[in-house]
Amino acid sequence: MMELQTWTYLIVGLTFSLYIGIAIWSRVQTTRGFYVAGGGVSPLANGMATAADWMSAASFISMAGLISFIGRDGAYYLMGWTGGYVLLALLLAPYLRKFGQFTVPDFVGERYYSKQARLVAVICAIFVSFTYVAGQMRGVGVVFSRFLDVEIENGVVIGMGIVFIYAVMGGMKGITYTQVAQYCVLIFAFLVPAVFISLAMTGHVFPQVGFGSTVLNESGIETGIYLLDKLDGLNQDLGFSAYTSGTKETIDVFFITAALMVGTAGLPHVIIRFFTVPRVRDARLSAGYALLFIALLYTTAPAVAAFARTNLIETVQHRPYDDLPDWFQNWENTGLLAWVDKNSDGRVQYAPGQPFEKLPGHKTLKLVKTEQAGASGQPLFENRPSKSANELYVDRDIIVLANPEIARLPNWVIALVAAGGLAAALSTAAGLLLVISASISHDLLKNILMPEISEKQELLYARIAAGVAVCIAGYFGINPPGFVAQVVAFAFGLAAASFFPAIVLGIFYKRMNREGAVSGMVVGIVFTAAYIIYFKFVNPGANRAENWWFGISPEGIGTLGMLLNFSVSLIISRFTPPPPAHVQDLVEDIRIPRGAGGATEA
Amino acid sequence: MPEDGKSRNDYWRANLRLMAWLLAIWFTVSYGCGILLADTLNQFRFGGFKLGFWFAQQGSIYVFVVLIFIYVWKMNRIDREYGVDE
Repeated sequence: MMELQTWTYLIVGLTFSLYIGIAIWSRVQTTRGFYVAGGGVSPLANGMATAADWMSAASFISMAGLISFIGRDGAYYLMGWTGGYVLLALLLAPYLRKFGQFTVPDFVGERYYSKQARLVAVICAIFVSFTYVAGQMRGVGVVFSRFLDVEIENGVVIGMGIVFIYAVMGGMKGITYTQVAQYCVLIFAFLVPAVFISLAMTGHVFPQVGFGSTVLNESGIETGIYLLDKLDGLNQDLGFSAYTSGTKETIDVFFITAALMVGTAGLPHVIIRFFTVPRVRDARLSAGYALLFIALLYTTAPAVAAFARTNLIETVQHRPYDDLPDWFQNWENTGLLAWVDKNSDGRVQYAPGQPFEKLPGHKTLKLVKTEQAGASGQPLFENRPSKSANELYVDRDIIVLANPEIARLPNWVIALVAAGGLAAALSTAAGLLLVISASISHDLLKNILMPEISEKQELLYARIAAGVAVCIAGYFGINPPGFVAQVVAFAFGLAAASFFPAIVLGIFYKRMNREGAVSGMVVGIVFTAAYIIYFKFVNPGANRAENWWFGISPEGIGTLGMLLNFSVSLIISRFTPPPPAHVQDLVEDIRIPRGAGGATEA
Repeated sequence: MPEDGKSRNDYWRANLRLMAWLLAIWFTVSYGCGILLADTLNQFRFGGFKLGFWFAQQGSIYVFVVLIFIYVWKMNRIDREYGVDE
């Protein structure tokens, strides 16, 4: 049997050569090719590309783990990150495709006949995209370091190199077709371990079915107990709340879900994917395909979460440390698992609460291993044990990363998971970099600062901007600003409170004018940003439910910002002159599919 | 025909009507069954799932997918009916 390292190098190497091959095949020479892949992508290919564009390192590596630890409330990720596609398909995609330009600021600028509006949109697009892309580059580095023993920094540099090649050479065309390949890699990598675990635990091939079925015991005999009932019981025995009941306030879950949904529909790197298909009907259809492909992963992830949690508790609870399976030691070495024998009985006790204290001066819990070993041979840590009864530290990412080992799957499956994580991170990073590049070369330079440049020059600036953006993203990947996790709420909140209302009103309310839209966007952004900045940076100590407005956490505040944006836009537009006739004609025109214009050769 | 003002308005109204229906279903399954009514629905079972939990983590996603495909299919018909298809 081949070594895990060999397998990983082989599979990751193969997928990377595939991406580079596609890049060479899909070089482009025009701005239309660079920004929207010539507008000739088929709905099926666009659906796959959108799915890969959308599903990031967080969806692939972290989401199942998060759900595993928070139970039913994890649904706000699941519904929030899929329900947005219904809004996208019904409210945005077909009309923006008919509008037929290259970027989201294009639409905002033309519909609201204003350079200021375009500029506000450009700033939001760049901010949202950089926030996101830093996390993706970090994800690439983390996967490299865990699976290939490469330093995180070198991993980030390799990832940068790959993205640089296909984003700078092929623009949207290169990105689209590598994303299609990356979707295939990542979905295969996610489903294979999930299917095996479902088979082992419940005897069902489909994890979605196994999720709601009865469990088998260790020798494969039916026990007659439903998996979720068993998990509810295990959770409650250990002092957690039942897995299938919620713990957060209903209003907060409601607002977070809405912010994620609306934010999803307002994220520029997702919206521009719908500019790449030939016709309006293709835009609608590719939104359907995209959600179908996303749903494959998003309905499997909660099943994986429940399987993995059941498995984990049953494997470690009250087990003597010496008896634990090999994977426990393997992942202990990476610092993702740890055990502290608080009651000196040599056995693992898992309970609510963190097992360790944070190190002095650290904002988050980070474990630092010492050279010494404890009485059972376990590694010891510099972090002091906490007062809780919990002895087990489990990093959330481990649920996906260690799944194949926990289920005793062959090495090639583990290598596949590494390639899948890389595909998820690289595909999202590339989509975001294109938004940044187009915002700078097309919106900022061509349409605001240097309108006299030729198409050739614009294309050159687009490539330079993409190259520079890759380097900045890589820098943030190597030196992550401590606030990356906090600003993700920002990205969704801002997209929800700025773009979404401006675009929806621009399509569905002909009377909406420049004054209304700009003031709405400004109020929405300022309100949302102020609330998040106050609770996340200025006064983090006050970030508790009793201090929140109406019990809404900073993660969900974008929904309120969006409602404010809508109200302000509508009120201001009532008291200011209607938009000029040619803009009203534009609105009439985008409501009718006919005449979207076919594909041109890139 | 698209040039005909009345027909254009009718097309737009047909579109809005379809959209309103689909969004009502969208809201009911996700925010209704998956969040607001989840605890109530958890008293009922769907195989090994408690119903509210199933809507929150599985059912709503399936419904979203179906809604978009219904929209695609219906809109293509409406486009043809009003002569605005491509």
